[in-house]
Order: sequence, then structure tokens, then C-alpha cells
Amino acid sequence: MSFDTATAAGKAAPADEGDIVIRVRGLTNRFGSKTVHEDLDLDVRKGEVLGVIGGSGTGKSVLLRSIVGLHTPNEGSVEVFGQHVGKLSRDERIKVERRWGVMFQDGALFSTMTVRENVMAPMVEHTKIPRALMSELADLKLRLAGLELEAAPKRPADLSGGMRKRAALARAISLDPELLFLDEPTAGLDPIGAAKFDELVRSLSNAMGLTVFLVTHDLDTLAATCDRIAVLSDGKVLAIGPLDEVRKNDHPWIQEYFSGPRGRAAVR
Amino acid sequence: MTGISTRFQVDTTEGGKQVLSVAGDWTVWTVAQIEEKLRNTKIAYDAILDVSQLEKIDTSGAYLIDRALGALEGIDDKIPIRGEHPTIERLLGKVRKASPAAPPDPIRPPGFIALLDRAGRGAVNAWEEFLGLLGFIGETAATVGRLIANPSRIRWKSVVSIMEEAGLDALPIVCFLSFFIGLVIAFIGANLLAMFNASVFTVELVGIGMLREFGAVLTAILLAGRTDSAFTAQIGAMKMRQEIDAMRTIGLDPMEALVAPRLLALLIMTPLLTFAATIAGIGGGLVAAWTAMDISPQMFISRFQEVVPPQHFWVGMAKTPVFALVVAMVGCRQGMLVEGDVVSLGRRTTSAVVQAIFLVIAIDAMFAVLYYMLNV
Repeated sequence: MSFDTATAAGKAAPADEGDIVIRVRGLTNRFGSKTVHEDLDLDVRKGEVLGVIGGSGTGKSVLLRSIVGLHTPNEGSVEVFGQHVGKLSRDERIKVERRWGVMFQDGALFSTMTVRENVMAPMVEHTKIPRALMSELADLKLRLAGLELEAAPKRPADLSGGMRKRAALARAISLDPELLFLDEPTAGLDPIGAAKFDELVRSLSNAMGLTVFLVTHDLDTLAATCDRIAVLSDGKVLAIGPLDEVRKNDHPWIQEYFSGPRGRAAVR
Repeated sequence: MTGISTRFQVDTTEGGKQVLSVAGDWTVWTVAQIEEKLRNTKIAYDAILDVSQLEKIDTSGAYLIDRALGALEGIDDKIPIRGEHPTIERLLGKVRKASPAAPPDPIRPPGFIALLDRAGRGAVNAWEEFLGLLGFIGETAATVGRLIANPSRIRWKSVVSIMEEAGLDALPIVCFLSFFIGLVIAFIGANLLAMFNASVFTVELVGIGMLREFGAVLTAILLAGRTDSAFTAQIGAMKMRQEIDAMRTIGLDPMEALVAPRLLALLIMTPLLTFAATIAGIGGGLVAAWTAMDISPQMFISRFQEVVPPQHFWVGMAKTPVFALVVAMVGCRQGMLVEGDVVSLGRRTTSAVVQAIFLVIAIDAMFAVLYYMLNV
């Protein structure tokens, strides 16, 4: 595919219309006098795992929040599944929300519910599945997310940080979404857990044609799971493409990122 | 996502083997329609799965198929598949590996026993709370002792900021409420005393009531509601974010940095607020007497000076430091008891307010008995 090349700063590469799950155009976000995004364009294709990297404060999380509609951008448009996220009616919005799952950085599990109830919450809200089956499906999701089932009846407060992450992932895949947003999914996991997580994301993506939007700092995750990588810097997508091509970009930040000791070890 | 076509069928082939044919969408949106029927259908564990008419499938659908084919009873054979489908094999593999065997959610005992259980726990908790409060009073006293020995360690900056937040900012609401209470007392008194032709005694009623009781108690209850919840939430949030642990590790004593300034700030502000509340309350009485009973302000004030001895003022004021201590300590202690989750923050904030109001009123009653015995 010819558009698979890393493009220079500026407009994203063109692609087939039907293949684009997320289309961001001219996104501009300002907080006071600080501009986080300036005329940012980004396309995420169906079935790919896109890793978003960038230094602290380059607006990775703000980008994610803008796409899922938690943050209203100052300018620009965000389309998910071909619909403008900011302009949907309540019902349309719920329809879109059912098709994606979001995993927040610190899990954001509901603290008044058990872990199992947390995973069941989206099903309770959106489906008519009988309670018993719902509980079985929740257990299935917990196992898929690599969580020991001893944790299912516990409260989120009683879990370790890594277990909370997995529980949060289980909740995000509760409705078998087509699109999964992961914000720093492997931060705080031990290397074995992180590797398992990478494998899980990869295999879910393979098995179900899942599209994944992944914000991460974990170079191993980038190397192991991502089809393409988008580098955010100066309010724009500095480079986007497969890992090997992005690495060759001679922007100083990218060079420092990938040729530092950690970068070399991970992508060797 | 309509899933009208979601269905399955069990046939037997020439070879005597069963075939489970699935058709339509088998996703989280559609499985509810066929779950019960599928559960009640007996299928041999070695049945063949026919997926030639299967459309969409996700992990939920795959789980149901896996369950139906007896896979969950410890049989680990691969399900033989007939027909073509892009994802079914991978999904079945994933689901099989993750087949759950989880401990159930804790069973809740029936209502009456649970009620007894909660009552018992409540009683034990109340006793433990009392002991805990005593312990905290001791700890605070030790901290205060250390600070008196070494006054340069007092954090005046935070003392002043809390004085503004908990004291000055509360001034309008305290005065407002007290004004209306004074007004109400005066109106009640006016009607009653008018029956004896003694409406002028309203001045004594409002004056003594406000000076001795209402000024101090109203202020303390308001502080308990307004300031205690703030103290618990502030300290509790710091506890949740491990700020208190961090303070300990760098040698900062949270008792000294958080509790002592709040205590000191309230010790200074509570008497001042009480004074303002008392004046506002008497003002309320004055307005009521003026409008309803034609007692002019001049007359009200001169009678006030004649018949209300200053001793009543001191009787009320003497209680304020005690109230200040109670409010500050209950709020800080409950904040320190917050654990890692949001639920405990809410619970602790509630108990801070409840405990503080309870203690304020109980202590006020004890003062009343004491003053009665001392004849003041």
C-alpha cells in the first residue's frame, strides 16, 4: 500500500474513505495562552493498532479526550465511524459510544461496585442479557484481560495498580467494541504483565478486526503491538507510519526517543 | 445490529454425529435472544459446529457456543468446525483459554439477620470511635505541647489562611442565621409575654438566650457543618493521594502541619464568630421588638444594659474554645481515617459532621448542668 509511508509534518496520508474509523481534521486546542494542538490532522484506519507517542505536554491525552468527546476542541472536526462526534444528538451519541471502549490511565473503575459489576455495567446499561449470563460474560472478559478471577468479587480499592488496569481493560471490552481507546495501558504493569497485555491487544485486534488507538510511552508496546505510530509534537502529527519508517525520521525528538538506550533495546 | 436472524439448529448427520448449525449475528447485542433456548438444548460434547451461515460473532457469542458444546466441563478438545468463517476459530480459541470458573459474589444474608449484624457492628464501631477520639485528643495534646515548647514551628501561614477560609468566610452565614433566630425568639416571646402584659421582658429573653446559648451553639453547629466537612474532605483527599504518606517520609509531621494549624485557627475564630453571631441575634430581637411591640431601639438597648448582666456574656463565651476543639479535632481525625477509595471519603465526611454536631449539643448540655450547679 503506497500510503503506508511515513509522511512529513502536516497533512495525513490519504486513504480509502470506507477504511477510516477516526478522522481528525484541523484540530486546534488551546488552554489559556497555551496551544496544545494546532491544525492537527490524523486518520486511524479500520483494524489497525495506532500508537500515539510524544513528549510530556504534547497533548496525547487531550487528543484522546477530543476524539471521544470528553473535550470540545476550539476548532476542527472529529469524525468517528463517519459521524461528527461533537454534533450528535443524545441517541446518536449513545449509538456511537456503544461501539467503542475507553480505558483510562488510572482505570477509573467505579469504586462503589465490585470488579465484576464494573465490567457488567456497560452491559446492564445497553443490553438485555439475563443477569446470570451477564455475570459469566463479565468473568470471561476479566479472564481475557488477564485478571485472576479471585479479584472479581472485590472492590477496586482492594486491587493492586496492575490489577486495576486489567479490570479497566475488561470493562472497556465489555461490549466487544469495534474501536478501543487505551491511555497508557501498560504504565505500572510489570514487564510480564505488560507483555501479556501487548499480546492480548494484538490478538483481540486480530480476532475481531478491532481498531486500537493507543497512547503510550512503552517502547516495547510500540514495537510489539502497533501497526503504525503517530508522533505528536508542536501541536501537530510530526510523523506517522510503521515503526521502522518513523524511526528513520530525522527530527531531533524522534531520534532522541528511538536512539536512547531504552529505545535501542526495544526496537532492535 | 438487528439480529433478527440469530438462530441455531441441531441435526444429526448420517454418521450419527450431532451438528450445531449457527446462523445470523452472534454478538453481545443478540445473544440474549437465544441464550435460554441454547442452554436448554442438549448437545453432545463432540458435536460438529456448522458456521456456514454465521455472520458477525464476538467473544460473547463464541463463549455461548463454547459453553453449549460442553467445553466448560473440563473437556479440552477442539471443536470440529464445518463451513467457512473468518474469525470463529480464533475467537473460540481465545474464549476457551479464558473460560471462567470464578468465585461468586458474596452472598448477602437475609434482611433481619443483616439488620442485627449491622446493629452489632454499629455498636462496636461507636465504642471504637469513642476510644479513637480519645486517642486522637491525646495525640493532639502531645503535638500542642511540643509546639508550645517550640513555638517557631507553628505554621502561621496556614493558620491565617484557614482562619480566613473557616472563619471570615463563614461570617455572613453565621450572622444571617443568628439574626433570624433572634427575630424568631423575640416573636415567640412577644406573644407569650403579652398575655401577662410583660412584653418588655422580650429584651431579657433575647439577650440572655443569645448571650448564654444561641450565639455559641449556633456558631458551633454551623462550623460543624461547614468547616468540618471541608477539613475532612481536604485531609481525606490528601490521604487518598498519598500526600500524607509523602509528608511522613520527608519528616513532616501531619499532626503538626495539618491538624495543629486548623486547631489554632478555629480556637481564634470561634469566639470571634460567636461574638458576631450574638450581636446579630440581639439585632434580630431588636428589630422584632421594634416592629411588633413598639419597643424603640433606644429603649431596647437601655433596658438591655439595665437587666442583662455581663456575666451571661462570659457564660456563653467560655464554651466557645471547647466547641472549637471539638469541631477541629473531629474533622481532622475523620480526614486522617479516610482510606484509598471514594466511598470512605463520603462516609468519613458524613460521620465528621454528625459526630461534631452531636458532641457540640452534648457538651452544651453538660455546660448547662454545670452552670446550674455553680449557680451562674
